[in-house]
Amino acid sequence: MEDTPLIIGSRRFNSRLLVGTGKYKDLTETDLAIQASGAEIVTVAIRRVNIGQHPDQPNLLSVVPPEKYTILPNTAGCFDANSAVRTCMLARELLDGHNLVKLEVLGDEKTLYPNITETLKAARTLIDDGFEIMVYTSDDPIVAQELESMGCVAIMPLGSLIGSGLGILNPHTISIIKENAKVPVLVDAGVGTASDAAIAMELGCDGVLMNTAIAAAQNPVLMASAMKKAVEAGREAFLAGRMPRKRMANASSPETGYFFK
Amino acid sequence: MHIYLNGESKDTSCTNLLALIQELELEGKRFAVEKNEMIISKSKLAQTPICAEDQIEIIHAVGGG
Repeated sequence: MEDTPLIIGSRRFNSRLLVGTGKYKDLTETDLAIQASGAEIVTVAIRRVNIGQHPDQPNLLSVVPPEKYTILPNTAGCFDANSAVRTCMLARELLDGHNLVKLEVLGDEKTLYPNITETLKAARTLIDDGFEIMVYTSDDPIVAQELESMGCVAIMPLGSLIGSGLGILNPHTISIIKENAKVPVLVDAGVGTASDAAIAMELGCDGVLMNTAIAAAQNPVLMASAMKKAVEAGREAFLAGRMPRKRMANASSPETGYFFK
Repeated sequence: MHIYLNGESKDTSCTNLLALIQELELEGKRFAVEKNEMIISKSKLAQTPICAEDQIEIIHAVGGG
């Protein structure tokens, strides 16, 4: 069955797996893993140029060229609305006016849990300035609705803490968010292995964003391939509609025509 | 003239941002510049003077989730 494309703001995608570019051993591994993932949207962070570094040092954007991938600059490391807004403005300048960003405003170092007050403030400023915001948020359905009504183009609740690999600890709240939303809902953070990605998709989510689950695997390129399949499998299972759960057994083979009874 | 470049104290003889970018061998590469928390577009680098105690940030994309 042909799936519908994933539509985020003004853009259309076929892949529902979004990947980060952090924590890889080198840019070659980054390149191979991203190719294996089949991702079309790739997140990057915005940081100071290392002044004095060798000018010919390979650059991340030469491995993930904006002509080939949709670059999704993030605001990782921002703990207040102002630094997140500055980061997005710099990213837009860096990427020649590209206005799609991943907004994340964090609460504390220990949990990297989103600070919703600052997230809402930054989202308002950025939307008014013409940005398309994919927003990292808590799994609070009311906050998710608020972000959507402000004009965020995708809602991205965490499945568990960033980089924890604990999986989807909150399937119930994620599915409530999905049920309420008219914009895409993507699980961002928490996936540890392929089955977690499949679970997120089986809940009806529109996509999954991950970084550490691939980059910190023993074999990141193989894990990227596994994640691609898991997202596709989870999506197909969701579209197929799972069987109802039953408390007791229900034989698969005919219960008539026995020759031994 | 004393400025702050990416948070580091620095003396420069460059009088505009394009000259600074050229001195740092960044011309032609992908970067973005902020001066005193204001974005300076690439087309305006040459006409943007550097003043004493300016806080200049030059950023690029790095690996991240």
